[in-house]
Amino acid sequence: MKQVAITNFGNTKFSRDDITIESSLLSATKSLFDQTPNLTQKDIDVVLVSTNENSKYLSAILSELSGITPKISHTVENLCSSGTNAIVSAYSYIASGLGNVALVVGGDRYDSPGQILEWDKSRGEYKHPIFWATLFTKSYKRKYNISTENLAIVSVKNHRNAKDNPNAYSNKTYTIDDVLNSKNLTEDLRILDCSRPCTGSSAVLLTSENFARKFSDTPVWLKGIGQKTTSASFTKNLDLTQMNSTKEAAKIAFDMSKLTSADVDVVEIHDAFSVCEPMILEDLNFAKKGEGLSLSKNMYDTFDRKINPRGGLIGTGHPLGATGVSQTVEVVQQIQGKAEKRQIENANIGLVHNMSAAATSSTVLLLKS
Amino acid sequence: MNFESELKKGNFVIGTCTDCDRVVWPPSNLCNSCFGKITWKKASLMGKLIEYSKKNDMDFCLAEFENGIRIMGDLILKSKKPKIGAQIKLEKCGISDGCYSFVMELK
Ligand SMILES: [Zn+2]
Repeated sequence: MKQVAITNFGNTKFSRDDITIESSLLSATKSLFDQTPNLTQKDIDVVLVSTNENSKYLSAILSELSGITPKISHTVENLCSSGTNAIVSAYSYIASGLGNVALVVGGDRYDSPGQILEWDKSRGEYKHPIFWATLFTKSYKRKYNISTENLAIVSVKNHRNAKDNPNAYSNKTYTIDDVLNSKNLTEDLRILDCSRPCTGSSAVLLTSENFARKFSDTPVWLKGIGQKTTSASFTKNLDLTQMNSTKEAAKIAFDMSKLTSADVDVVEIHDAFSVCEPMILEDLNFAKKGEGLSLSKNMYDTFDRKINPRGGLIGTGHPLGATGVSQTVEVVQQIQGKAEKRQIENANIGLVHNMSAAATSSTVLLLKS
Repeated sequence: MNFESELKKGNFVIGTCTDCDRVVWPPSNLCNSCFGKITWKKASLMGKLIEYSKKNDMDFCLAEFENGIRIMGDLILKSKKPKIGAQIKLEKCGISDGCYSFVMELK
């Protein structure tokens, strides 16, 4: 198969701003053009927008607003993993030869309709994501004898990392006590354990092998892609202490790339809630069962930014359709040596983990310099 | 007859495929194994507690019924202490404001 690179990126600051989705997507596109030498609108033959907004044909609108007349343009929606799903679609268009240069822009607003899974009625009145997160948290804590206080380190660490991310929603640091004393949403979940809905967009440029060096001296190659959907209902998660879609997506991505977790220098994972980080670290094989939280704590204690250098979803905010793209931007920045205060030394191989619908779908991307 | 029309009346029914006899969950009008038609029958109301927590004063849970069917709903404890795997009974179900609702009681 043809090689596909991510060469450039664009960002917006995540906020609670009440701006239109079109204007947010356009800002990320402008940011990408500003940072990409030699790129003109004529170069782009694929435009994909990842979002949960109900507006129609946003990719055509964004194309017109940006002066692009692409061969292929459409929206990609898969709730919180819309962003990486769009990157995978763009990869496929390029690898198949249907296009050479693809612009992927993900965005959502703070009031995105993607926050509630309407179809999943087996949850009765407990539709809000805090309820599945609560049950995962309770089960994980019980199984591995972890306290609410232990788990709070995830939020403390990711808020600290986000402080060095100028595009993050949060720029505050918190202590363990701050997390414990923050508002109780349920018996097992504090508000500081949760990622917050917000407004924002992120963009990446994908190219075929022949075009990569036109736009960047440091293209980052997509070496592994794994996606898995196990169901659409939260209640089909039979084990509440792990994410099966993530385990399966990881295996596919690692097999494709011929890499292992030991090769990875930087990781962006989908910490929609505190408990997700240790669970996912285990499911991606970065930690043994029950030891994910020790790894997060170790990262905090040693000021190591390897896990969620951007600040995770908890620190950066979670504009659903933007998240997977923003996570990928971070890993690309790290590999290109452009992560400024957040830069991890010698980051050559990175992993992006993005999931949706109460862990029933996951995407894993492996990127390499 | 279908899942929703029965749920509206307060009945909890499960669908079985008329061709391959498999139980189909969540409710659908076709079998997710062979696309056969579905018949509905009343389900056993007894199940077991899979997980639980609390929001303000309201206990809620994930419970499992026959054929591995799992649902979330209110949990009535009547000052008993919940234990994973404990027997529960589906005391009430229905639809309010378009939203399914289930009430389970710890036995
Ligand atoms: Zn059947």
